[in-house]
Amino acid sequence: MARILQFTLNGRARTDAVPDNLLLLDYLREVVGLTGTKTGCDGGECGACTVLVDDAPRLSCLTLAVSVEGRRIDTIESLAKDGHLSAVQRGFHEKLGSQCGYCTPGYIMASAGLLRRNANPSDTEIREALGSNICRCTGYVKIIEAVKHAASLCAAGLTP
Amino acid sequence: MNEIAPAHNIGSYVPMVDGPEKVSGRAKYTADFIVPGMLAGRIFRSPYSHAEILEIDVAEAAKLPGVKAIATGADCETAFGVLPVARTEHVLARDRVRYRGEPIAAVAAIDDATAKEALRRIKLKVRELPAYHTAQQAMAPGAIALHDHRPHNLERDVLFELGDVEAAFAAADLVREGVYNCAEVCQNQMEMHAAIADYDAVRDRMTVHASTQVPYYVHLMLAQILDMDMSRIRVIKPHVGGGFGCRTETLNVELIAALLARKAGGCVRLVVNREETFITHRGRPETDIRLKIGMRKDGRITGIECECIQRGGAHSGYGIVTILYAGSMLYAIYALDNVKYIGKRVLTNTPPCGAFRGHGTVDVRFAVESLLDEMARALGLDPFAVRRANLLHAPTFTQNDLMVNSYGLPECLDWVERESGWKVRKGKLPRGKGLGMACSHYISGASKPVNWTGEPHATVKLKLDFDGSIVLLTGAAEIGQGSSTVLVQSVAEVLGLDLSRIRIVSGDSEVAPKDNGSYSSRVTFMVGNAAIEAAQNLKAVLIAAAARKLEAKPDEIECLGELYRAGAQDKGLSFNQVVTEALKDTGTITVTGNYSTIPQSHGGKKYRGAAIGGTMGYSYSAQVVEVTVDEETGVVTVDKVWVAHDCGKALNRLTVEGQVQGSVWMGMGQAMSEEAAYHDGLMVTANMLDYRVPTIQDSPPIEVGIVESIDPHGPFGAKEAGEGSLAAFLPALTNAIADATGLRFNNLPVTPDRVFAAFEKRARDGQANGGGIS
Repeated sequence: MARILQFTLNGRARTDAVPDNLLLLDYLREVVGLTGTKTGCDGGECGACTVLVDDAPRLSCLTLAVSVEGRRIDTIESLAKDGHLSAVQRGFHEKLGSQCGYCTPGYIMASAGLLRRNANPSDTEIREALGSNICRCTGYVKIIEAVKHAASLCAAGLTP
Repeated sequence: MNEIAPAHNIGSYVPMVDGPEKVSGRAKYTADFIVPGMLAGRIFRSPYSHAEILEIDVAEAAKLPGVKAIATGADCETAFGVLPVARTEHVLARDRVRYRGEPIAAVAAIDDATAKEALRRIKLKVRELPAYHTAQQAMAPGAIALHDHRPHNLERDVLFELGDVEAAFAAADLVREGVYNCAEVCQNQMEMHAAIADYDAVRDRMTVHASTQVPYYVHLMLAQILDMDMSRIRVIKPHVGGGFGCRTETLNVELIAALLARKAGGCVRLVVNREETFITHRGRPETDIRLKIGMRKDGRITGIECECIQRGGAHSGYGIVTILYAGSMLYAIYALDNVKYIGKRVLTNTPPCGAFRGHGTVDVRFAVESLLDEMARALGLDPFAVRRANLLHAPTFTQNDLMVNSYGLPECLDWVERESGWKVRKGKLPRGKGLGMACSHYISGASKPVNWTGEPHATVKLKLDFDGSIVLLTGAAEIGQGSSTVLVQSVAEVLGLDLSRIRIVSGDSEVAPKDNGSYSSRVTFMVGNAAIEAAQNLKAVLIAAAARKLEAKPDEIECLGELYRAGAQDKGLSFNQVVTEALKDTGTITVTGNYSTIPQSHGGKKYRGAAIGGTMGYSYSAQVVEVTVDEETGVVTVDKVWVAHDCGKALNRLTVEGQVQGSVWMGMGQAMSEEAAYHDGLMVTANMLDYRVPTIQDSPPIEVGIVESIDPHGPFGAKEAGEGSLAAFLPALTNAIADATGLRFNNLPVTPDRVFAAFEKRARDGQANGGGIS
């Protein structure tokens, strides 16, 4: 069965006929073509597919597309604006929070979600917010530095 | 007025040149290339560990509407494998399956659901054979051979003795023996294996996007498997989500995709899931080590005897090389005069192992550094003093003919000793806390390539055109380690230009030169040197053009990057003016830079396989690990790591730090929680919850000290930074636990249940002996 889904994707209203059993992850990647959101595991293990649903981080691999009716979805593609990377994107780029880059969209969305609700997180709060994402390259040290750098950029006026 | 000066980047903190793509979601990985109308591929895998295939019936699957192609072993009789001497693996099993999960058939269908349903309809008839899931079972008398040409299931039996080990033990004040077991571990890189194969039937051409570390090997294997001329194949390596060694071999995934694409006459996307990625494996084998060391009272090692057994899995893969590295790399870190090595690489009914970061060296280094710590304690020596009693004096050749030109280990030891406060804190920490240290090393590229063709080891092309942009063409595979960044940096440095003038195209066989790929930490050293030579050649062309225009001699021209001038008083020419002049003769300029290793680095001939371990430069690492051990739960917490890494010269301090931290942390996973476990040959940890990768909550601060020994042959003096620091973490951890608790763990991973059981046993033994715990 398919049904009509209406929601906001990266700031734009969108209407689509969507099968009941289609995951939000597969909808974003395969139907819309927003491949920035990554598949990293067989379901709920790695955090690579994290997107924001009404500003809250959510695993798109455990979310049915039809369940976001009326909600606001933001993916990695929404963050850079007017030719500028967002604070979190700059943090991950400038502090090497990203190496191979595959987990990066998930980390950036989880971090953006954190900074939207807590502009000045402690190390402990960063670790808690990113505790369900896995990165296999960095050893996490520079990911924490990246988020702190992003917080300082936000304090200087950038959006997360 | 500001004086124009050449731009410099070497030695600074440079964010990755491909970082903006990665943080904005624009970086495309293989699975992201969604082509309209492409088919979905799926693999039918063996449910048996070891069986003779009697019949594969695909008739019902073929009848399913939407199924476009089904491939089986009958479609390809050529075997594949990374080593030319050990190509025994079939893309799809023929006659026999040798591990649970081995591909037997594959389907291409209009969508994934149809492909899945087709797999369900494939019927398999087999005669089961005895299966051997451990090295010991496979080597036992009477075990049948997995491969007929390998009796007793010994893929490779290595034995060498250099010097006289018995005499060395007789001359020692202390001889100790230890037995060690390291569990099998997987790379578990974040991107699951993927390939998109697009077959153009009209032109008989094959284009394959693959998540690989060595596009060149994929190219070679595709040609063999498809029996196609190499010139009809194009291999593209897009962004790759990590590799850590499992993608240095061509995997069955890309070969199966290509077989399906040709059979279907179209484009097939084959993305395997996480479980299949685990089973495709090529990780570090389970290793059993028996180690014996002789030591004098002053800490000097008199001799080492090491026996190493690796459970290699069902096919050779890199196995022969892995078991040789485990022996040869006993050397090149300390001065050794007497070494005996017995290595056995065993074929078993488990997924084939391969090259994992620190290839072959890690488990043996764990054993050696653990036993050194134990012996230091027994002799009342400081562990640092024991290492310092055995240092090499570079330049030198080791007993097994490995060339060591630069050696920063002494400085690494000094740095971690000082920064960790070792001298004042060791032995004075509260109950349950401890400090441990250890060292490790690694090669900067294998000096002899796997496929010996006589070509240079690395070739880089630079293209300069009317627009003044320089395009760097290389086959070196950027897989997240920063190879593209370091190559762009090298070219920019030589030309005195900003990085933004240079663009890089890597890993597309249609435009980029062949490269041996990203393995054995070779790219910075070999391709870096080739990039420097290419940039010097381009600079010579530009200087000649500037001289002509300025009516001066080339040696009078001063290159300031964006300005070329004949002496300080000359107004000079802008870079773009020089380019315009240079293009007048030849049009678009292309220059080449090559690099080859020198014969002295190729290792010796004292035993069969002695070339393995030969490199142009060894990196060195020393580590101190601080732990807290909870006696109530057995949980070990790593409070902090201090690591010093001798990378010759840090071309990019940011990426060196990142690589070293990543290595240490990956060592931590192997040491503390990661294990590929099997039940009756079925991998039962093939997901990211049961295969326990440390999370950000479990991971410590890792402080990096960069030691620069300036290698005489390295690019700007550099050596590798991405592997050498992994191994030292493992023994530094168990040495720290021994310091904290008096308990020594020789079996990895050191999980809380193992620690808890050891505390329990000690309590029981203490009670049985009528005494308390000391």
